[in-house]
Amino acid sequence: MLPESLRDNSTAAALADIATAGKLEFGELTIEVAPANILEALRRAKTALGFTRLSTVTGVDRFPAEPRYEVVYHLQTIGNKERLRLKARVHSDNPEIESGCPVYRSANWYEREVFDFFGIRFLKHPDLKRIMLPEEFEGYPLRKDFPVTGMRY
Amino acid sequence: MAIESRIESGVTSALEVEQDYEKHIKDPQAHRTMVLNMGPQHPSTHGVLRLLLELDGETILKAAPDIGYLHTGIEKEFEAKTYQQGVTLTDRIDYLAPLSNNLVYCLAAEKLLGLEIPPLAQYTRVMLAELTRLNSHLVWLGTHAIDIGAMSVFLYCFREREDILRIFEMFSGQRMMTSYFRIGGLALPHPRGWQKRVKDFIDIFPSRVDEYEELLTGNAIWMGRTKGVGYISLEDMLDLGVTGPMLRAAGLALDVRKDAPYSSYEKFDFKVPTSTTNDVFARYQLRLEEMRESTKIIRQALEGMPSGSHQADAPGIVLPDREKMKTQMESLIYHFKIVTEGFRVPAGEVYQTIESPRGEVGCYMVSDGTQKPYRVHWRGPSFGNLQAIPRLIEGTLIADVIAALGSMDFVLGDTDR
Repeated sequence: MLPESLRDNSTAAALADIATAGKLEFGELTIEVAPANILEALRRAKTALGFTRLSTVTGVDRFPAEPRYEVVYHLQTIGNKERLRLKARVHSDNPEIESGCPVYRSANWYEREVFDFFGIRFLKHPDLKRIMLPEEFEGYPLRKDFPVTGMRY
Repeated sequence: MAIESRIESGVTSALEVEQDYEKHIKDPQAHRTMVLNMGPQHPSTHGVLRLLLELDGETILKAAPDIGYLHTGIEKEFEAKTYQQGVTLTDRIDYLAPLSNNLVYCLAAEKLLGLEIPPLAQYTRVMLAELTRLNSHLVWLGTHAIDIGAMSVFLYCFREREDILRIFEMFSGQRMMTSYFRIGGLALPHPRGWQKRVKDFIDIFPSRVDEYEELLTGNAIWMGRTKGVGYISLEDMLDLGVTGPMLRAAGLALDVRKDAPYSSYEKFDFKVPTSTTNDVFARYQLRLEEMRESTKIIRQALEGMPSGSHQADAPGIVLPDREKMKTQMESLIYHFKIVTEGFRVPAGEVYQTIESPRGEVGCYMVSDGTQKPYRVHWRGPSFGNLQAIPRLIEGTLIADVIAALGSMDFVLGDTDR
């Protein structure tokens, strides 16, 4: 379900059957997939499309919209000639998504960071626990309903 | 020992090491390893990094880095500041390369705004970003040498660093937290007499690099401590997200300045040094070579500095001229609006990367069309590089940890944000 404008894009075409949305803005390609397909999308990007490097993984909280969270993977080919942003939207009822660690080992810490700040659980992650904040910290600070300043924190 | 299997599985978790420690306490005879807690306050970790090391004699069996001691919630704070105010936060992320951070943040916002930056501002940005690289590499060289035992290099490096900080002060009024690059251009026009100050510095600097080399390159102790130490394969580094000089010392010329040029880097003539020996010594030589290349870029920027305005022609985004504010009504209104409520940035998302002294810095900026960023994510190069620590030091001697960590050149402010 990609827009017409992405018809000639070879990267988008390779992911077309699992893509739920896509766009090309500021010369940056974004492909959205369902959370269940994220591992498959990452695997294809790495093996078939040559996106050898995972630059970063992060989250965005779209509160109060649902699905509330976006998990965003930024991929690059060697030499930075091509870039790809893979995105999956996760529902707030059960914020879970498959971990990208089997494909990119560097996803380990980045996904821990997303878990730490957004409370999104990465299934089959080898070491899922808080990375920046202390273990006993309550709440997930980068969620939009977490105050910047306040009595408790 | 099961060290091979450990290394194969990749990143060690602190939990595993702690469990081994428990076993050792219960039954010291059966479990003969020792767990050493290195840091968070340790001079060679250059900040507050905690390393859990499991030792068999002097050999490291497992290593688990533990970060987060310097976490200050900068990503959350971006969301509570206007776009222009956010520039001041970027200085404090990687405090040894404030101008590189200013640059990536401004470039991301300018991409969203569709701003055209005048050539003078672009060249100045390149020049100051390269001076930042020199500044950062000098701190790295000085502290790295001190870690390994060469005291005097530190003093020489800081002598030159002082000159660079004076140049920063001249431009921005600040030595370290410069905030000199603003969305739309530069904060202030060029100061009077800057050319002479920069020229004097780059005229003398290459001879100073030779001086460091004389102290270290042929030094038997230095070679003994660095050659063949801290090897990590290129495949591992790519897989674990390492960027910057570490990667280039393994032979891969990955440099954002060449691969995806920003701020008119494509107009400059410079080489990306690489090496293939891939040890601490190679990383040292590579950074010295980078310093020489940066000096060339600074010279080109100085000699080819275009004329024109230091800010884009974008009323409502850049602060108006002080004189105009006293004579023109619109300028006064714009000033008031920018200062009190900021400017609106069209909705969208960009991921901008640049090459900082430590590697690839990325700024992922999401705008929802208001005056404050909806989300800013910072990809710090030190964070990516630190993930490779277990791979880098597991199986080596504890004395080599200091050299190997030093060769990574991480900044904990950049890691923890």
